[in-house]
Amino acid sequence: MKLRILLAAAFCLSAPAFSQEADVPPGELPVDPYVISNENAGAAPLPDEDLYEVFGGEAGVSRIVDDLVERSLNDPRIADIFAASDLVRLRRTLKEQFCFILAGPCDYTGMDMASSHKDHGITNREFNALVENLQHAMNAESVPFRAQNKLLAALAPMQRDVVTR
Amino acid sequence: MTVVVAPVAASQTLEPGGKLLLTRGISNVEGSGGGGLTPWALITGNGTDRGVGTSAHYSYAAVADFDVESFGAAVGLYDRLELSWSQMTLDTREAGAALGLGEGYEIGQDIWGAKLRIAGDAVYGQDTWLPQIAVGLQYKTSDRGDLVKALGAQEDEGIDVYASATKLFLSESILANATLRYTSANQTGLLGFMGDTEMELQPEVSLGYMLSRKLIVGGEYRFKPDNLAFAQEDDYFDVFGAYALNKNLTLTAGYVDLGSIATFENQRGLYLSAQIGF
Repeated sequence: MKLRILLAAAFCLSAPAFSQEADVPPGELPVDPYVISNENAGAAPLPDEDLYEVFGGEAGVSRIVDDLVERSLNDPRIADIFAASDLVRLRRTLKEQFCFILAGPCDYTGMDMASSHKDHGITNREFNALVENLQHAMNAESVPFRAQNKLLAALAPMQRDVVTR
Repeated sequence: MTVVVAPVAASQTLEPGGKLLLTRGISNVEGSGGGGLTPWALITGNGTDRGVGTSAHYSYAAVADFDVESFGAAVGLYDRLELSWSQMTLDTREAGAALGLGEGYEIGQDIWGAKLRIAGDAVYGQDTWLPQIAVGLQYKTSDRGDLVKALGAQEDEGIDVYASATKLFLSESILANATLRYTSANQTGLLGFMGDTEMELQPEVSLGYMLSRKLIVGGEYRFKPDNLAFAQEDDYFDVFGAYALNKNLTLTAGYVDLGSIATFENQRGLYLSAQIGF
């Protein structure tokens, strides 16, 4: 009897850790299991083939996302939301998402927009604050205004899944 | 790394500001949020669906023989309902003497407006053709009732009813608006109204191209009734540039053609407007 309890306890403690260890990239926190699919990106790749290069390719998108996260962490309107996030995972999945939507050579492996935002209680004001920070980050990377708007147009409908309050 | 749960400020029900630059529109000459000549489906002020926004404007058009001045204030409630008041004045300058009214004679009207957003979202709805749609009314009352009736108007007060559809084609950096107005107003009401018998539908269109986050250039065309016997009335149109200095101040400059006013032809000139919004 004692052994069974001990074994059960050991199983309970170790099983989640073991099953997730293989899936969790270094530096990231484990997340609940979900089906990985490009559908989760919330938008199809844009038809404009040059757009990814206009954004500076992998390096440009990476700088834009890092800048966006940095600005948002320092933005009193939304700092709390970002402080509550796994920033390593957020950076990785955002870069994948932008790359995928800009028709770059990436797959999106993150969660869908509704699942990944359901616990944040985000308002329109906060959604717009993020849009502003993204606009500043794209300006800093010298992305032309018209190209910026093509990405923003793809992201805008996600408001319906992201804004829950 | 620890996950910190963001504190939810349950008591804070009203959020300040929150709209993106220029997405509250500017103020039309009748005080409603929109373009300079025509109301749009956008709700004025910077408030989102969780807040109350306000705006105030001052506009001045100096055309060949007249000055047209407008100032007023408006409130946007929860990005849903807009209430506005505006006073609009036609300064007849020397034309006043020629019309037998006296030089610098002014004809004014108060305009009370209400607008309700009923469908769509001009900014977020980028994956659908559905525009943002609003319905509104403007109750206008002349401060020169006897005069406008002497000039042939049936009434010195009237109501315009309109529906506006506004769409931001963000991937093309284009903003478009179409408004259909049911009206009997002569020169927007400055020269009175023809009452129920002459109510008719008049379309108004606006098209803007965003050059940057802060700057939009465009044009507007407003079809108008032509009901006064003594003077022909023409459609209005303008070309404009609106620049958002920041979240709170938008300056607009344009060229406006008001056509023929009270027998004075070719009333074209400069249009300037300042709008503050919170």
